[in-house]
Amino acid sequence: MTVTVTWYLILAAGLFSMGVAGVMIRRNALIMFMSIELMLNSVNLTFVAISRELGLIEGQVAALFVMVIAAAEVTVGLAIIVAIFRKKASANVDELAELKG
Amino acid sequence: MNDYLWLLVALPLIGATVNLFVGRRLGERVSGWFGFTIVAVSFLIALVAGIGFITSGATSESIRLFTWIPSVGADAAILWDPLSVLLTLIVTGVGALIHLYSIGYMHGDERFPRFFAFLNLFIASMLILVLAANYAVMFVGWELVGLSSYLLISFWFTKPSAAAAGKKAFIVNRIGDWGFLVALMIIFATFGTFDFQVIFAETPVMFGVGSATITAITLLLFVGATGKSAQIPLYIWLPDAMEGPTPVSALIHAATMVTAGVFMIARSAVLFDYAPTSAAIVAVVGTATALLAAVIAISQTDIKRVLAYSTISQLGYMVLGVGVGAYSAGLFHLTTHAFFKALLFLGAGSVIHAVGGEQDMRRMGGLRKAMPITFITMGAAWLSISGIIPFSGFWSKDEILAATFERGGWWMGLWLIGILVALLTAFYMTRLFVMTFLGSSRVEEGIRVHESPGTMTFPLIVLAIFSTFMGWLNTPFRLAFEHYLAPSFSALEHPEEAEASTLIVLGAIALAVALVGIAAAWRRYHRDEMPAEEGSFWRSGRAGFHVDDAYGRWIVAPGRAAAAWCASFVDPKVIDGAAHGIADGVRGSGTGLRVMQTGQVRWYASGIAVAGVVLIVVFLAIGGGF
Repeated sequence: MTVTVTWYLILAAGLFSMGVAGVMIRRNALIMFMSIELMLNSVNLTFVAISRELGLIEGQVAALFVMVIAAAEVTVGLAIIVAIFRKKASANVDELAELKG
Repeated sequence: MNDYLWLLVALPLIGATVNLFVGRRLGERVSGWFGFTIVAVSFLIALVAGIGFITSGATSESIRLFTWIPSVGADAAILWDPLSVLLTLIVTGVGALIHLYSIGYMHGDERFPRFFAFLNLFIASMLILVLAANYAVMFVGWELVGLSSYLLISFWFTKPSAAAAGKKAFIVNRIGDWGFLVALMIIFATFGTFDFQVIFAETPVMFGVGSATITAITLLLFVGATGKSAQIPLYIWLPDAMEGPTPVSALIHAATMVTAGVFMIARSAVLFDYAPTSAAIVAVVGTATALLAAVIAISQTDIKRVLAYSTISQLGYMVLGVGVGAYSAGLFHLTTHAFFKALLFLGAGSVIHAVGGEQDMRRMGGLRKAMPITFITMGAAWLSISGIIPFSGFWSKDEILAATFERGGWWMGLWLIGILVALLTAFYMTRLFVMTFLGSSRVEEGIRVHESPGTMTFPLIVLAIFSTFMGWLNTPFRLAFEHYLAPSFSALEHPEEAEASTLIVLGAIALAVALVGIAAAWRRYHRDEMPAEEGSFWRSGRAGFHVDDAYGRWIVAPGRAAAAWCASFVDPKVIDGAAHGIADGVRGSGTGLRVMQTGQVRWYASGIAVAGVVLIVVFLAIGGGF
């Protein structure tokens, strides 16, 4: 039984779904943040798998880009979470509903 | 050679500008004499250029000033031909005399410089109109004349009746302008130009006699003429225009404004020549107007209103003349009328001045002794308009009637009505003259009747000389005026000259009829006891046979009702309704959509996820993935 690209895609889809579910269900800002990272990396996995399958370099380049952007995004995101935590002494996003219409 | 002709228009315009902006600082003396001088200089320029033109034997000259609207090929250009020379001389000459008269008449008025600014503007507008070399420029002058008349008629605008009269003149003229404007559109669509010379050269090539296009154009032009020249059905503004100062009435009735319609028809003579139906309608309307106005004039008691209706009536003669195709006769009457009617109005102004502002002839009488100059000059005008030989009105009126008679057939009917109008004219003018100057005085106690100052009597004397001798320019024995004007109407076929014996018989009939009218009025009014004149004819005649009331009921009232309906329904319901509806819709959708904004980050994330899924499904469906 060889491991084909389909397996990778199924794995990536699974990871992505877990990420989506995490963002939608969990209330802790840090956990939601990790779920987003999970989604990003599942997409990276897809890029790399397809890139290898089709013999194209672009997918891998895209994956590198995603990693760089994600690193930058993490710093900003964590800084925001820290700032919120300082203010509210809580990381529960449901308490952050000041923009309710 | 006539490169300086633009000065004719420019000078009065400069006068108007100066008087408008710095007139108050110049003071009454300077501003009045300045306004007069600048028009007098215009007159001298016109005189020099006109004499040069006549002696040179040229037929017409077009002077291009500058390109005005290139896209329609309309240049600001002057057409200098016998017709425009004649009108320019009348406008500036009579206009200058009226300016001079106004210096005395308007003395002490608070807005004296403003008055002269408007007078100058009026002269400039009229000159633009008569000097125009194409219909586009003519229309500019036409509209400016309407504006100036509005400004001057409602000059004493604090008086509600004067403000209303100015408004009425303007609005009624707008109806005529509508006709003129539509005619211009058809002209441009047909000929692709506004230039007179091109249009009149093209007409015989493009159209046959009686063509529908030319008939439509000429009828619409005539609608314009009925507005300016006060013909049925648009004559109603003119009697009300008496609300303006008397020099304004003289200016409007004699030199400017009302002559515009007749001039425009004469200018478009070639077009009317190719539309015999229109020309016949013009003649019939002119005759009907002459008759109606003469009948109304008999019953009026206000001296200025008698003259106003007599102007309408005389304009009817002129319109009849140009309708018959006797253009030079119509213009000859226009010329003589300009002098004797200006004289009549200025004389009436002098009378009104003398009796302390009273305009009702029943409270005048016996002014002969106190104001001899006004009496004698008015006498010349009276005999002239009544058609007594050898005064000018006799020759010009007779020529129109003779030309009508010569056409034969049903035109004879118009001639007969014309003779009847001559009788009525002699009657009401004698009535006016006798009631004002002769008999015993009925002036109110305590008013010292006095002759007017020199600035007012001098124009009267000049005009009286012209009113007396002007007619000799064109008698059946010596047609100087007609030969002079001939180049302007060279494209037309000239009607056959009538036999001398016929002319003498026709003239004798007209003269006899005029004498009968004078005798009848003399017998009736030259006595101490004025007839009561309270019968139903006199009462409805004084009210202008209720034409104004009918217009009020059938046109003005529905118009007002429509405006009221717009104000009470269309504006608040339809226009405001649309604005409010949009605002309400936006506010409602906002209220509905605000529940989406929970402030919960997870809710938004869910939205993105669901939208993503939906998009994927859609793309797959479009791409045929399923």
